[in-house]
Amino acid sequence: MAVAQVLRSEWTKIRSVSSTVWTLSVALVVTVALGVLISWLTRREWGEMPARDRLTFDPTFISFAGMSLGQLAMIVFGVLVVSTEYSTGMIRTSLAAVPQRGVFYASKIAVATVPAFVVSLVTAFASFLLGQAVLGPHRAALGDEGVLRAVVGGALYMTLIAVFSMGVAAMLRSPMLALGVLMPFFFLLSPILGAVSATKKVGRYLPDQAGSRIMQVVTVGDDVPYGPWGGLGIMALWCAAALAGGYLLLKRRDA
Amino acid sequence: MIALEGLTKRYGEKVAVNNLTFEVRPGIVTGFLGPNGAGKSTTMRMILGLDHPTSGAVRIEGRRYAELRDPLRTIGALLDANANHGGRSAYHHLLCLAQSNGLPERRVREVLDVVGLSAVARKKAKGFSMGMGQRLGIAAALLGDPRILMFDEPVNGLDPEGIHWIRTLMQRLAAEGRTVFVSSHLMSEMALTAEHLVVIGQGRLLADLSMADFIQRNSRAYVRVRTPERERFLDVLRSAGLTAMETGGTLELDGVAAEQVGELAARHGLVLHELSPQQASLEEAFMRLTAESVEYHAHSDTPPAGERAPWGADWKKG
Repeated sequence: MAVAQVLRSEWTKIRSVSSTVWTLSVALVVTVALGVLISWLTRREWGEMPARDRLTFDPTFISFAGMSLGQLAMIVFGVLVVSTEYSTGMIRTSLAAVPQRGVFYASKIAVATVPAFVVSLVTAFASFLLGQAVLGPHRAALGDEGVLRAVVGGALYMTLIAVFSMGVAAMLRSPMLALGVLMPFFFLLSPILGAVSATKKVGRYLPDQAGSRIMQVVTVGDDVPYGPWGGLGIMALWCAAALAGGYLLLKRRDA
Repeated sequence: MIALEGLTKRYGEKVAVNNLTFEVRPGIVTGFLGPNGAGKSTTMRMILGLDHPTSGAVRIEGRRYAELRDPLRTIGALLDANANHGGRSAYHHLLCLAQSNGLPERRVREVLDVVGLSAVARKKAKGFSMGMGQRLGIAAALLGDPRILMFDEPVNGLDPEGIHWIRTLMQRLAAEGRTVFVSSHLMSEMALTAEHLVVIGQGRLLADLSMADFIQRNSRAYVRVRTPERERFLDVLRSAGLTAMETGGTLELDGVAAEQVGELAARHGLVLHELSPQQASLEEAFMRLTAESVEYHAHSDTPPAGERAPWGADWKKG
């Protein structure tokens, strides 16, 4: 089984369903639009902001504010790529054609990660550039220290969200179940754990909180025990665990 | 050639497939027959390496499925007509399968033509009727021009024209020297297509024989009689050493020719309203075969073989 054949096949699969285009488009549009809106509101409210907030203001991070919502579309993308194999019954056809399940799985994840990364990169740069344009006098520049890292990091963050979702979907198989777990997790549970002081220290190690550290440029006065790349590393470990779990289950289960 | 050796699948306590050993040979259509829930689909999934056997093994042309290089070139299967992504076009569905096995794009157009779906190749599969879905599944099976073809209940949901088409296709494939293995729960369907039969019931092998042998062994010939003088007729039979089985308003006589019965009746001046030689259908023979297995191995409360239990009543108990 030549891996190149399976990669081509998976690419055909992903480009021939409309969900690929609409999930990735929604991720881009929502993230950028919400980021621009929040940047614009911030600029308008600048005068009423407390001095302390003005001093620690992070124009780069604020332009990524849309990601909290846009990442949900990325989750849908990751979930659908994997779980529609199961919900449609395609998995049996696929595994009869490619019985080497490891090759099948790795190819699918790899092929889906590429468009996710490209869209994430466009999204991150668009969010940053448009957000800064709206922020006007309070803006950051791409050449400022840590800014380019934050923008590229934002793209990696979004991509890893999709990858994590693929792993979880491979474990759970059902799209409804996977979305039912991931959506509340990222949209409700993680923010709540991060906001309550008792659980804050645990919440930091959740994939999205750890990963989003890389988008912050100004980190004055917080006590987070890891740096930007450390945070992204933690998120990558979560992804690796989810992917490994998906692989083991795929290997063992009847299709 | 497909070879099963002691193939067994257990789901917890339940044994879905029980120690199946048989071979499917090239050049003929082999029917895989069994009541619903007998384990046919599970067996087929294990042949394709989709389900892991609890024990035993399957060899495809002497190799394990996972060892096949580009398996679609060796074995093509139709398991489920809906085993495709409804949002993908027929063309792209076949294209991604072709690419995974290094088959040229030309094959996609060829098989679409063979199954008659060229006109709707760019349409999404979710708009397909059951019959079109079945044709798409068959196109996928034919894609790699494989030596072995396997179809699970291929006539399900097809119209008469489609059923005729698929029968002809299977026979043509077998005539080309390929191995054709096709499952069904309908004996009548198999009688028209299969040359060899593998019958299972409750996961166990019940019969592995040629269709001709099956017909010879299992078809029961009898004479049906209707008469207004029932009591007197039975007396006459008794004195002639014959017995009759009563079913509804008619009598059935085994092991005697219609001529003999007619002459006997004439000698005693009996009025007959019907006298006809009958052949029990293969469907009945098949039912008896599977019912026996169920009764013998699992249930003591099932009616004895040959009794007119409603069609399929015994299966439901499994």
